[in-house]
Amino acid sequence: MGNTDGSDWVRLIVGLVIVLAFSQLNALFLVWLERKVAGHIQLRPGPKEVGPFGILQTIADGIKLVGKELISPAAADRKLFPIAPILVFMPVLVGFLVLPFSPDLIIRDMNVGVLLIFAFSTFSVLAILAGGWASNNKYALLGAVRSVAQNVAYEIPLLLAVLSVVLMVNSLQFSHIVEAQNRFWFIFVQPVAGIIYLICATAETNRAPFDIPEAESELVAGFHTEYSGMRFGLFFLAEYTNMFIVCAVATSLFFGGWNGPFGFDLNIPGVVWFLVKTYILIFIIMWVRWTFPRLRFDQLMNFSWKVMIPLSLANLMLTALVVKFV
Amino acid sequence: MADQFREPIVERVYTLNLGPQHPSTHGVLRVLLDLDGEFIVKADPVIGYGHRGHEKMGENRTYKQFLPNASRMDYLSGLLYNHGFVLAVEKFAGIEVPERAKYIRTVCAELNRISSHLLWFGTYVMDLGGFTPFLYAFDDREHILDILDRVSGSRLTYSYCRFGGVCQDVDAQFVDTTRSFLKRFRSRYHDYDNLVTKNVIFIHRTRGVGVITVDQARQFGVTGPNLRACGIPYDMRKIEPYEIYDRFDFEIPIGTKGDALDRYRVRLEEMEQSCRIIEQALDRMPGGPFWNEAATFKVRPPKGEIYFGFESARGQTGYYLVSDGTPYPYRCHIRVPSYGNLHVLTEVLRGTMMADAISILGSIDVVIPEIDR
Repeated sequence: MGNTDGSDWVRLIVGLVIVLAFSQLNALFLVWLERKVAGHIQLRPGPKEVGPFGILQTIADGIKLVGKELISPAAADRKLFPIAPILVFMPVLVGFLVLPFSPDLIIRDMNVGVLLIFAFSTFSVLAILAGGWASNNKYALLGAVRSVAQNVAYEIPLLLAVLSVVLMVNSLQFSHIVEAQNRFWFIFVQPVAGIIYLICATAETNRAPFDIPEAESELVAGFHTEYSGMRFGLFFLAEYTNMFIVCAVATSLFFGGWNGPFGFDLNIPGVVWFLVKTYILIFIIMWVRWTFPRLRFDQLMNFSWKVMIPLSLANLMLTALVVKFV
Repeated sequence: MADQFREPIVERVYTLNLGPQHPSTHGVLRVLLDLDGEFIVKADPVIGYGHRGHEKMGENRTYKQFLPNASRMDYLSGLLYNHGFVLAVEKFAGIEVPERAKYIRTVCAELNRISSHLLWFGTYVMDLGGFTPFLYAFDDREHILDILDRVSGSRLTYSYCRFGGVCQDVDAQFVDTTRSFLKRFRSRYHDYDNLVTKNVIFIHRTRGVGVITVDQARQFGVTGPNLRACGIPYDMRKIEPYEIYDRFDFEIPIGTKGDALDRYRVRLEEMEQSCRIIEQALDRMPGGPFWNEAATFKVRPPKGEIYFGFESARGQTGYYLVSDGTPYPYRCHIRVPSYGNLHVLTEVLRGTMMADAISILGSIDVVIPEIDR
């Protein structure tokens, strides 16, 4: 982190507090949004009783989850079982450190920002495996094993897609990448990488149609079958916070971050642009979830290894050649 | 050290207990799956969790008293079972039925068939992970339930058909709502096509999955849409027309390969054919009495036995009744289609993946309480 003086520490601590508050509120909001979106797609109103438009519903649910007993199965691993939900939420928080909400609103604008965020998001797979293994339940284990295979398969095209952006900017720093897009968003320059990233991000966050690890019609609840109360709640919150992070990264890498379209800022603050774009992407991911059925496990793997990886490799090669010779 | 690696793996196959409390076993089915990784080595359905002794109850009740039991076996096509039982006893005891009643029964039975297929459609797509079509299908189904609720007084377990007719006449509003339902339902076909039938993922999940061969179907006594998906146009409504089905112009949709996609298409097409039957029946419905009520007071079939087969939403269903001349049947046996349809799983599931097991289980559309009865 280089030379850290006093103001840096204050910045870090204030940032962490804000991140904790924001990530929790954001997750609660996203759960509500998901239920509302799902409701309207399915010709029903969704939650509407608690608070205006049911916005307090998820808070009520959260309080209920906190009040529930934390049940550990008799055969579960005593140490690993309670740690797994904490492990799954921890790396999610780190991601917020480098997210560029606006030119002034980055907690730490590191020169390895992109690398850091993906390194830590990979960590959640470990937690899922730990949770599935520690539960000592066949459904949970099947879910965990699927999750590992899926995440490994989809991280490769994801990173290759990100790499083609990094090659163009020649930097891993989020602020540089966003500044490079003040005229043209990279989605217009790198459409293939952008689409690959969005598909892989859906798979990374275990969302439908890639929700194989927790396929409820096959594996009951997958890796978190045995979890109850707030331990389950942590898995749940982590999923939604993860969704926010992958969409925020997509916004910064492909949709211009805090920039308006084609250099038109319309006097709207950068942070508003950023959040609006992120929530639109989240809405699209939700839309997809409530529209498509689920892929089968082997089809999912085939899709990654036979379509996504060659495509992203070809795209990376092309980008490298263009950057080198043009 | 080297020997350590040569040791055979002792337990390669493990057993997974699928159900009876599992989101996708539709009721109380339990399947013991022997799995090798994600692949199924052996599947063994365990039945009997929903046993209520309907057949034994039949021996201790008069024919009339058994009416409510009939619709509680296959609760999704209750009116069809109710209809079949009434037809069997009418044939057994020689009861005359007014023309109008025959048409009313046919309309209601076909409406029930559509509602059963709609529920299957919704839950099947849900088994494949698509949650939204489920609620679309339930929305449509609700209209049918409302129509049937108005004439029969119940939403699920109907006892609408009575010996010699139906318990309540239908009015102009029934005809109107049924017609408007048909119109609405046909326009919804387009939505279903776009949302599910043309969906790439859906086609990938169903094409070539869970193929039932004609031989297997024959060995296990598979009937209904599952058999027709194999390409055999076997439907009791055409083979041995009962009630007034020989008067209507409708087709028996068949598949070619016998996979899950064929079963899906056959059921969807069957709903359209049911719509055609309902339309024709509504057009030709005569006036007159709706119930030969005098005939129901004393149902006492002559000594002997009868088997009456009909087509429920899941396949050939039959009542086998033995009478010793008293008002109580000596034996009341029911042939249910789901039994054969379920046990063909032991053959079909072998070698498939765990995820496909759910898809296949959903695609054959079993109702467990009908097997356990």
